[in-house]
Amino acid sequence: MSVKDELVALIIDAVKELGDQDDIELPADMDHSTALFGESGFLNSMSLVSLVVSVEQSIEDRYGRSVSLADEKALSRRNSPYRTVGSLAEYAAEQLGQG
Amino acid sequence: MDAPVTVITGARKGIGRYLAERFAERGHRVVGCSRGEADWSVPGYEHYTVDVSSESDVKRLFAEIRRKYGVVHHLINNAGIASMNHALLTPADTVDRVLRTNVTGTFLASREAAKLMKRERYGRIVNFTTVAVPLSLEGEAAYVASKAGVEGLTRVLARELGPFGITVNAVGPVPIRTDLIAGVPKEKIDALIERQAIKRYGELEDVANVVDFFVKPESSLVTGQCIYLGGV
Repeated sequence: MSVKDELVALIIDAVKELGDQDDIELPADMDHSTALFGESGFLNSMSLVSLVVSVEQSIEDRYGRSVSLADEKALSRRNSPYRTVGSLAEYAAEQLGQG
Repeated sequence: MDAPVTVITGARKGIGRYLAERFAERGHRVVGCSRGEADWSVPGYEHYTVDVSSESDVKRLFAEIRRKYGVVHHLINNAGIASMNHALLTPADTVDRVLRTNVTGTFLASREAAKLMKRERYGRIVNFTTVAVPLSLEGEAAYVASKAGVEGLTRVLARELGPFGITVNAVGPVPIRTDLIAGVPKEKIDALIERQAIKRYGELEDVANVVDFFVKPESSLVTGQCIYLGGV
């Protein structure tokens, strides 16, 4: 499994955990194309904050590396990395030097 | 909750040490930090060498706490430095240093602690301000500016972290006989005490009393508040 695939799985796990915790209705099946935030996403800005923190912690647990998925670069990108599971995984892979 | 995890910055001496010993005595797992090693120890206390103004240091500390305990219940942002001089004689480096330790340090520790607190939907953050802010104390421009910044942080973080069950408050002590005021001339301190409603030095116990109030589970609706000692 490539790092990007691992990250997609890790993000989906984090989304499911967040869904349980915050009572958010999630899509039945999720993959890299699942929309997270924005027009067709199901996360509000507060849930997005929680998801980003949770994914950062899971990455640290799995790879032993501290990454920031919410720096100014991410927030100012024309194509936000928070659009979909896949775009967030790609951004996380970049931060891990695996992009 | 059994054996709460309490993090105290600037725990090597003064108020920080007093609070660390007090919480450890009550059975908390107390994690203290400061720029230097601690030359004391009590059961339940562990010390880390951390510069709170360094993002990597603070992240390293909380990563270690996460590995060890998984949670933080209380954060006491006690680490702080002062600079007492006329504004016309204060170099920019001094202002930067005071702001970095007092404002950036409080911000970083709060941010990292809150990430762990939100998992439990519970947390208490206590910041340190000073009566010098409402008194607009002359000779302390950089220090007062930094603590006014801490008060602003306290109010905004209270709102941002409230949804996670985390309260954020600040205590503003009057002068206490610690190293922080060791270099201040006695007549300056006397003049300050004269402006208090209750005209005496503060004791460590006076500060601890307010901290105790803020960290109580029953204080779940008390947030974004600054309590000054001495009736200022």
